[in-house]
Amino acid sequence: MSSHMLWKATSAVAIVNFAAMLASAAVQMTAAGATFPAPIYQKWFNDYQSIGNVQINYQANGSGGGIKGVTEGTVDFGASDAILSKEQLEAFKAKNGGHTLLTFPTVLGAVVPSYNIPGITAELNFTGPILADIFLGKIKKWNDPALAKVNAGVKLPDLDIVVLHRSDGSGTTFCFTDYLSKVSPEWEKQVGRNASVSWPVGLGASKNDGVAGLLKQQVGAVGYLELIYAVKNHLAYGKVQNADGEFVKADLKTVSAAAAASKGGAADTQLSITNTAGKGVYPISTFTWLLVPDTFKDAEKAAAIKGFLKWAVTKGQEQAESLDYARLPLVMAQEVEKRIALIK
Amino acid sequence: MMMEISATRRIVNGFMLTLSGVCTVLVVSVLFFILGYLLLHGASSLNWDFFTKLPKPSGETGGGMANAIVGSGKVLLMATVIGVPIGFMAGVYLAEYSGKTFAFAIRYVVDLLNGVPSIVIGIVAYALVVRPMRHFSALAGGTALGIMMIPIAVRTTEEFLRAVPTNIREGAMALGATKATTIFTVVIPAAISGLTSGMMLNLARVAGETAPLLFTALGNQFWSSGWLAPIATLPVMIYNYATAPEDDLHQQAWAAGFVLLTLVLIINVTARLIIASGPAAQRR
Amino acid sequence: MAATSYIAETLGRRTNRGFFARLRGGDEISYLVTLASTVSILLIVGLIVFELWANSRPTFKAFGFGFLTSSAWDPNADKYGALPFIYGTCVTSFVGMLIAVPLGLAASIFLAEMAPPKLSNFLTFLIELLAAVPSVIYGLIGIFILVPAIRTYLVPPLKAAFGYLPIFEGTFYGLSFLSAGIVLSVMVVPFIISVSREVLMAVPVEQREAALALGATKWETTWDIVLPNASTGIFGSIFLALARALGETMAVTMVIGNAPRISASLLSPGYSIAAVIANEFAEANGDLYISSLIFMALVLFGLTIVINAVARIFIMTTQGKGI
Repeated sequence: MSSHMLWKATSAVAIVNFAAMLASAAVQMTAAGATFPAPIYQKWFNDYQSIGNVQINYQANGSGGGIKGVTEGTVDFGASDAILSKEQLEAFKAKNGGHTLLTFPTVLGAVVPSYNIPGITAELNFTGPILADIFLGKIKKWNDPALAKVNAGVKLPDLDIVVLHRSDGSGTTFCFTDYLSKVSPEWEKQVGRNASVSWPVGLGASKNDGVAGLLKQQVGAVGYLELIYAVKNHLAYGKVQNADGEFVKADLKTVSAAAAASKGGAADTQLSITNTAGKGVYPISTFTWLLVPDTFKDAEKAAAIKGFLKWAVTKGQEQAESLDYARLPLVMAQEVEKRIALIK
Repeated sequence: MMMEISATRRIVNGFMLTLSGVCTVLVVSVLFFILGYLLLHGASSLNWDFFTKLPKPSGETGGGMANAIVGSGKVLLMATVIGVPIGFMAGVYLAEYSGKTFAFAIRYVVDLLNGVPSIVIGIVAYALVVRPMRHFSALAGGTALGIMMIPIAVRTTEEFLRAVPTNIREGAMALGATKATTIFTVVIPAAISGLTSGMMLNLARVAGETAPLLFTALGNQFWSSGWLAPIATLPVMIYNYATAPEDDLHQQAWAAGFVLLTLVLIINVTARLIIASGPAAQRR
Repeated sequence: MAATSYIAETLGRRTNRGFFARLRGGDEISYLVTLASTVSILLIVGLIVFELWANSRPTFKAFGFGFLTSSAWDPNADKYGALPFIYGTCVTSFVGMLIAVPLGLAASIFLAEMAPPKLSNFLTFLIELLAAVPSVIYGLIGIFILVPAIRTYLVPPLKAAFGYLPIFEGTFYGLSFLSAGIVLSVMVVPFIISVSREVLMAVPVEQREAALALGATKWETTWDIVLPNASTGIFGSIFLALARALGETMAVTMVIGNAPRISASLLSPGYSIAAVIANEFAEANGDLYISSLIFMALVLFGLTIVINAVARIFIMTTQGKGI
């Protein structure tokens, strides 16, 4: 490259850089984490730009990435649907000079069992134990008697089940394995609940997007996805039997029922609402949380995140429903607002 | 006395040689295959939006990779600034100053660096730049890619400087120039076409690297300002979009792949043509 | 050594020519700057090795060398083992080489022995462009073109003919050791061709002429005379290609299936060291988790160093060039 061209290129980059700096006189923050709520977060951050003059760059790399990022301080705040363990909270304290990591629930979502079976348009029924056995590799074909029993009237094909799971640290995995651990003692013993587990069978894909993409391509596949990913990509998903014995399909009503039915639920602890007893409850529901340090060095950033959180649990909740995420129960939303004051 | 070649031997001969020709054609056709597919799927989705718009939130169509294109440019610029001067100077040292044993040791270490898998360099850059600075940045990405550029910069510089005939050097020194002046005003300009094309090939090689950027530059939906913020780059966007479910994003991944490959190939071809027609080749 | 004598010379003449005069002449600075750059490269490499070593100590302390033979990979239970990843890395590279070596060798024979020089140069030029294609683009083609093609056209006949073999057992889901191996073979074949061709062309023409004069066919000359002569260099090219295949990240991650599993069947999904680092490093928290990934990175690093060194020795021996 001639020196003249190089000079031109350098000045072009400098100009764009400068323009970008001017354009973003807004406060800039970086966040990383869960793909589960990524659609609503991206919409929120996009809309909030003009309201709060803050540009939040959200990189959805899985709940694990959010937890690690906020712990090591490489991002300003994180997002996770995995419930943080005591060790993880302690680790944050240790690496951040004794400060606490606050968790703020934002919306509720559902994890659905999605499948790709050519010729099947009906919604299949799944029970907890059946799902556990599929993911343990014990049920290997779609026309297995156990599946046929709960799906009378549907002609299930003699097709191999291809199990899909996450290959990255995922809150969606946490919620799903949390549910499986509650309904299958064998699952709890052999695999357990975590954002990243040792899967007995299956192919791995990165992020909810990756699992959805793979599901589309792979005939006979079954995978667990956040509801909106299945809906957006026109993937079939089944009903799951809840603790009361009903086969429930995931939607706003059934997910909100799960939140309402769970006892407890102060906003300051992360609550698991999988497999709660109650009528019309979708059993694989979960909150999703923003992980925010309680102290920011930069006062502007602290103010920005506080403003955003306030907006998210009030105005933002309206948009949540358009993307099939359930709103926070009112009481919880109010508690969240109060807790925002803890951020300095 | 002419020996009669038996029919079997003749058949074997013809068969083997045809087979080797077929293999060659197969390998070459892969290149056209790749280019063809990228052209087919990618070129058609290239539109003005792709080059000027920012990525849209998931679910919304439209949107482009304007920030990723500029982002790649910025990261590569940083990589060149970090990697090329060090590599170049070290190459000068090897070609002009060092003694045999030390040179052997250096070349061995440089070769070692060349063999480090790119993902490992990404880990090191994360530990050295991202974690202490507590953010992902174009600087970190540039550092990772810059380190990858060093070995080839060293070897290219050394090779092309050594190729400059000694009589040019002696001539300069006979006229009273110091060693440094000789190197920088006579030898290097004599090798300049080789050096430039070597640097271009170097750049083309790291332009497509994805793994080191995954945990250094991270990504950005917006324009990244300055050098200390996370930044979107073409290869990482291709990776993200290729594994996403939306067809719209697949289209963009193809388009981006097409743009990336075209740029890389143009740089490669230009560099090789410069070498092929340069003084080093003419002297051969 | 030229270096030390140069230092001795220039510094020894301190009293003859003023320090600043020599500084202005530029020699000192030029020497020191270039030396400093070289030393900094040595420092960078040292830093890389140190970082990898220091950060893998926790895993080494916890599991010792057993880490390399264990196939547990359970972040939940904090138990880690590298065997599935080492296995996957080796298997995919092996499959890749199995396909690339005969193909590459045959092509390099054609280009070195058969093709007229202009055609040979042109075709080699094109093949070397293949080496310039970024890995992520191979991954893109892999996911959308290669894997469906393998699934539709390659595996059914393969299973029909060889399905009883353990390596072709089980259902094929597309993402597998086989797919990763095939993608790798395309990526490394240009290296084999490029170096082998050079090595073959370097065999003295007298050898060929002698064989032909004795009545050998062209193929016989190549197979019996030229190849053995060039064999060390060709081995070098193979090892070079192998080193490249071992460290390949993106293309493999996109088509291997990301399942930490050891399976005899090539049709089964698997995982490789580079792929697991790419997928899990960004979120590995927990000292043992991170250091396990870094330990594997160290293993990979060590492996590629050894193979690269072997390759260099082979190539150096053939070309007889100075070190």
